[in-house]
Amino acid sequence: MGTITITIDGQKIATKEGEFLLNAARANGIFIPAICYLTRCSPTLACRICLVEADGKQVYACNAKAKEGMEIVTSTDNIDRERRAIMEVYDVNHPLQCGVCDQSGECELQNYTLELGVDAQSYAIKDVERSAIDWGHIHYDPGLCIVCERCVTVCKDMIGDTSLKTVPRGSDPLDTGYKETMPKDAYAMWNKLNKSVIGLTSGEAMLDCTSCGECAAVCPVGALVDTEFMYKSNAWELTQIPATCGHCSAGCQLSYDVKHESIANSDDKIYRVMNEWNYVSLCGAGRYGFDYENRGATRDEVAFAKALAAFEQADTIRFSSTITNEEALILQRLKEQRGYRLINSEAKSFQDFLACYSSLSGTALYGSDLKETHQANFVISVGTALKSDNPNARYAFNNAMKMNKGAGLYFHPVADPVIEGLGKNVMSIYHAPLQEEAVLYLILDLFADKEALPKTIIDYLENFHSKKMVSVTESVKEAVIEKVTKIVVDDETGEENEVIEEIKKMVAKTVEKEVEVETNALLDMLGAPENFNEMLAKFLKKAETFSLIVGPDCYTHPNAKNIARLCALIEKYSAFKLVMIPTLTNTLGVSLICDLDDDAGNYTIGYNAEGDFTLSALGEGDLDMPALNQQEGTLTSINKRVNPTNAALGYDGYELNDLANALGLECELTIDYTQQLPTDRGFRAETFDALPNHYTNDGVEVRGYLLENKGVKIEDDEHIDEIDTTLALPEGAIVYLVNPVRQFTAFTNKAEQLHTNGGLYMSETYLSDSDFDEGDTVTVSTSLGEVNVTVISDNKIGGAIACLPTFDSKINSEALFSGYRFTSASIKKV
Amino acid sequence: MSVEQFQDRNVGKQNYVTVDIEDYPVTGMDKFRRVCRRTFRGELFVGLWVVLREMFKFDIHTVQYPKEKLPLGPRYRAIHQMQRLWESGTERCIGCGLCEKICISDCIRMDTRIDENSRKEVTQYSINLGRCIFCGYCAEVCPELAIVHGGEYENASEQRAHFTLYEDMLTPVDDAIAQKQKEFPGFGAITPYEDERVTKTPLAY
Repeated sequence: MGTITITIDGQKIATKEGEFLLNAARANGIFIPAICYLTRCSPTLACRICLVEADGKQVYACNAKAKEGMEIVTSTDNIDRERRAIMEVYDVNHPLQCGVCDQSGECELQNYTLELGVDAQSYAIKDVERSAIDWGHIHYDPGLCIVCERCVTVCKDMIGDTSLKTVPRGSDPLDTGYKETMPKDAYAMWNKLNKSVIGLTSGEAMLDCTSCGECAAVCPVGALVDTEFMYKSNAWELTQIPATCGHCSAGCQLSYDVKHESIANSDDKIYRVMNEWNYVSLCGAGRYGFDYENRGATRDEVAFAKALAAFEQADTIRFSSTITNEEALILQRLKEQRGYRLINSEAKSFQDFLACYSSLSGTALYGSDLKETHQANFVISVGTALKSDNPNARYAFNNAMKMNKGAGLYFHPVADPVIEGLGKNVMSIYHAPLQEEAVLYLILDLFADKEALPKTIIDYLENFHSKKMVSVTESVKEAVIEKVTKIVVDDETGEENEVIEEIKKMVAKTVEKEVEVETNALLDMLGAPENFNEMLAKFLKKAETFSLIVGPDCYTHPNAKNIARLCALIEKYSAFKLVMIPTLTNTLGVSLICDLDDDAGNYTIGYNAEGDFTLSALGEGDLDMPALNQQEGTLTSINKRVNPTNAALGYDGYELNDLANALGLECELTIDYTQQLPTDRGFRAETFDALPNHYTNDGVEVRGYLLENKGVKIEDDEHIDEIDTTLALPEGAIVYLVNPVRQFTAFTNKAEQLHTNGGLYMSETYLSDSDFDEGDTVTVSTSLGEVNVTVISDNKIGGAIACLPTFDSKINSEALFSGYRFTSASIKKV
Repeated sequence: MSVEQFQDRNVGKQNYVTVDIEDYPVTGMDKFRRVCRRTFRGELFVGLWVVLREMFKFDIHTVQYPKEKLPLGPRYRAIHQMQRLWESGTERCIGCGLCEKICISDCIRMDTRIDENSRKEVTQYSINLGRCIFCGYCAEVCPELAIVHGGEYENASEQRAHFTLYEDMLTPVDDAIAQKQKEFPGFGAITPYEDERVTKTPLAY
């Protein structure tokens, strides 16, 4: 798509061909009113207020595409009349109690009513009963709803839950006189509005979705609000602190909305989280898991002295990846100066994986990001429970399906109803654990440029192909002639005669045929559905841009090195663009900054991890540390971007930098390390205060900076290992180490709205097929250990694999696993 | 004085008197003359005589505060009061927060929550009288005539907070039900002839 020039209100602007006029105008600072349109989602055409005149014809700016030389006028007398009438219609029967509405002050109905100067009402209709409904974490008040359908659109096109839809309002039809007297578009818009309100797709009383709260965020009025936030604070009292979400590797931009806690307590408190929903979509953890700060920490000098003594004694620092880049650098400096071993198994496996990948690809980092996944129209996900590991990757997957008419393959052992619900264009292949290698071989086989691939690999792939004769039963229609005797009454004589008639009939017959079929042993290994090839052919008809998402199951796979090399080959020899999901918040940053070790020494200091002396931002350790919403610093996201985050809340205790200073490093503030981040790994020597954190009107992400993807020496040998077919989990129940949606770490679990007790998650079919019931206490034991947990029914997973979470610090689930996220275990009732 | 008198702003119809003020002296000599005139005119004794005369008349106009108090104008702005609805006695404040927003000395704070009947409830409300400048914006902006200025101007106390607890400002519920609560005719009250200025919204009933 080339760049073209269009004229809006006499102003010449450059835009892409086929861009929506509204987006083109917004990108150039030209205001066109619009309510129902969401950038990145399909136009709804509910509000019709974005009417403009393009080349003399009235069109809707949100769905009219730009063409070379287009002349656009954003306001004519007729358009002004339409807009004024539309706003009057929106105000019909809308309650005037703005004083008790949570949206007041940031309400688009208020704004546009004022903007368009609506000072009197000309229309009326009898209202129907529209009382408020509690949907669980979301509160819906149809009385305030203007049915712009933004919630429905975002849930379908971005999130992929499709939990909301429009349902009949049951209202009287409009007064017929309006059809003549009202402006045309306003009447049509009212006619549609008058027939619907928002309801749940499931038809049940409560929302059962992945609870991201994006519907409430996009609601222009106070119809959808977070139940917890209701009537807590007016919008204008809240100070917005721009930050980066600290829960997963997506690194979403958000703002913590802060106000004093109460009249009696003037300490700051986070009331809610807001996001630029046109450009970034949050998950439930980001939106509701905001109050995980380490409260009440003080400068405990005794504990500090003990910590220093512990650092003197220690030879190892174990830490989790929920830390900033600056803290990671402090740890690395401590290692360099004092020789500590740095232990972080999860980041280490990612680091090793990246290193193996680099040795073939020649780049330090994977080549793509989630932005390109959003734009792709064929996406494959391997080795990740997409909705739990990185919800933003799932949104990108779904968005590509919905907006680009794309298709996708989801390879994972655990059945996932959420992914299945994304649409008919998504095929889920539930392979056995440890088969991730076969998946990547399959991708290589199906998509790689066979002429460029090294000969040895082509030969190996050829091994899987064979031809065999299959007997196929087909139904064939055959013409059969039947003789029927009929009694015909002669009209004239009244006699009854028997007549034999011949009738031709088409009868379906089943015929067995022997057909030669090409089989692919890889498909059998993965347990792919029989119609895989047909479906894939259908999916690939329109596929132009390809994206591959590789997840954490691969990093800890016994043959992770081989998988990493396969990823590099796929990226090199196929059209696929590769993105890897870093396991935790700043796994990517840690793996770039720290030299990690394999084995711990005798005395360990744990930073948000186990140790002989623990520093903890959860407030459970020997010395308090600030949580991520109490710190400034940078986090490295999946999109290879170094995002700044600010301290939303105060913190009075000691931080890691204080310890580092006492141990001989010299920096006044933690953020003094920002400019010292290693430039040879792709970081830039920029000061923290120079890092921006916002989106511009055309959706450009002006946040921190992008890591430079440094070149790495390539190994000439493109050898990859053959699939280890002997690799399989021992007999027994399979348990997967994964968190439920909205949980990532103990930090999310600390948040009041997300706090819950973990357990062994089993799908509904698993529960009905086994003799376990919800609430049973069971012992899960593997060769490495055992834990007692409660069985929890989870309708967001399917199949017969149980899931153990890591977010609940009371369950030491990681002790059961040797690295790889699947294990076979015995589950017994207690 | 009634509100009507305040609203009559037709300057010229009333009997205004212009005060005769002589010009300021310019030269040194003029200034010297004025000093002499004022010094030897004996005006001090004029004043003393008035005091002596009034003392013997026993007809003193001084208001005997605090035994006597002057009546206050309707727009006088003293310590705030929170009003209740007539008859039901329900608190008028809906917790909209407009007073908190408009307050130019930033002295109003309120805590709200959702109550058992899913309504917005004000749990705490406070005005920091140490900062309040009694400008009356809060009363003017209040959409419910809930916060008004009362006539309580005697605010000497050990603690300023004594005046501004929500419970103290609130009309006692018995008074409201007994219709003893005074309506506030000042800032924010509905102005006369309001009905004529409002465009009616059509109704389909």
